[in-house]
Amino acid sequence: MRDLSRRRLITSGLAAAAGVTSLGVAARIAQRYGLVPPDHGGIYGLGETLTYASQRLLTRHSLAREFSRSQISKRPVPNEMPPLREAFKRLQAGGFADWRLSVDGMVARPGTFSLAKLKSYPSRSQITQLACEEGWSYIAEWTGVPLSHVLELAGIQPQARYVVYFSIDPDWWESIDMADALHPQTFIAYGLNGDELPVGNGGPLRLRLPRQLGYKSVKFITHMTVTDSLKGFGKGLGSAAPEAGYAWYAGI
Amino acid sequence: MGDSVSIPSAASATPATTVASRRHSAFVRVTHWITTLCFIALLVSGIEVVISHPRFYWGETGNVLTQPLFKLPIPSSRTLVPTGYGYVLPDQNGWSRALHFQAAWVLVLTGLLYLISGFFTGHLRKNLLPGKADLSWRVLSTAIADHLRFKRPSEAEAWSYNVLQRLAYLFVIFVLFPLVIWTGLAMSLAFVSAFPATVTLLGGQQSARTIHFFVSLFLVLFLLVHIVMVWFAGFRSRMRAMITGPAGTDKEPT
Repeated sequence: MRDLSRRRLITSGLAAAAGVTSLGVAARIAQRYGLVPPDHGGIYGLGETLTYASQRLLTRHSLAREFSRSQISKRPVPNEMPPLREAFKRLQAGGFADWRLSVDGMVARPGTFSLAKLKSYPSRSQITQLACEEGWSYIAEWTGVPLSHVLELAGIQPQARYVVYFSIDPDWWESIDMADALHPQTFIAYGLNGDELPVGNGGPLRLRLPRQLGYKSVKFITHMTVTDSLKGFGKGLGSAAPEAGYAWYAGI
Repeated sequence: MGDSVSIPSAASATPATTVASRRHSAFVRVTHWITTLCFIALLVSGIEVVISHPRFYWGETGNVLTQPLFKLPIPSSRTLVPTGYGYVLPDQNGWSRALHFQAAWVLVLTGLLYLISGFFTGHLRKNLLPGKADLSWRVLSTAIADHLRFKRPSEAEAWSYNVLQRLAYLFVIFVLFPLVIWTGLAMSLAFVSAFPATVTLLGGQQSARTIHFFVSLFLVLFLLVHIVMVWFAGFRSRMRAMITGPAGTDKEPT
């Protein structure tokens, strides 16, 4: 009995050592293949990294579930929002004719897009679910231009790794990796259920990212930057969410 | 300390030859306590997340504008939710979600190690699978009656799980835990984009959330019964067996 347990102790010790070593190797590989999220530091870094890495490996090209027209929720929830600021109200008074989306950073042709310009590109629609981290959800038909189309027009440089996008509300900005930025269902959305996108749902312009939770689908977007590092943005955690204690990657 | 344990005669018990014999292998003890820690973390963080929207639905979608299946009579951490309470609790979802997923990862990995090791060491077969003879109605009904009468466990049970214990543990390991993991993953937008059947088989994302809630309740119920039974069987000896290993019975009188 005693010998057996000693032998067992040694083998489990060796197994633990092997485990720690392979963890180190895994961390290196993960870093190289872009499987480490910008908010990997801190006590929850392990969980965030495991979730992001595994979902990136499993879901790089998968498509968010799309639903039939009959499954569209009767009322898309306009959820609670901070009060709209002066700058927004002024643009709203002008029917959003002067709303602009600027794209810069690691692109060949930085530029500014008006709503009319964005609407002139081939539009796409998707009937997808918007799920909030709180637990509620609704299904709606979103219309817009795929983000990849706008990025192609701007000409992303090969070293680009993230797209950072900003709301007119200075406290709301997010970023996504290129897998999500170039994903066919990632839209710059301007329409909801066949109509203009209501202000309550993020109109006139909202980033729509159906494979992540609602807070990544930033409302009232005005600015985008393509970058190879998130260090220079805010506290360097990737977006406003981690600064408020929320995960940068919100696929779960 | 100097417990001289009389060797039980139960067929499935591991006989002890010396005082050094252990009731639970080190592997079982370590995974047990990691699981305990993770479960408590998941429970606390899970409650926190529920507070942000204490309403449950069936089907694909559900929100404050739709009819809930039921709602919990508790205040919420969001102004949007009509709870009937005149106040809103502070938002705790950030760390709660992070802790929930981190604990889930550790629990799932620990569980996998436990299953693999349990399979190869024979722990599952020897300690958890009930003997054929134990599955007769006579044995089962006696065991149930003994439990209902709160009859104290026999000496043999300090060494081996009784049949109801075995069935309960198997149910938790092979039914409740897989179900709670499945329903958890079914709520992940990205995960179901790759594996849509995970959620469609359950009837939708909100159904998954509701089932997740109920399975968690069952797990909490198991935990409570588990603690009561440990208490009843002799808290000190059972805790000692699960922490440092030696079996035995409590010295204090009933």
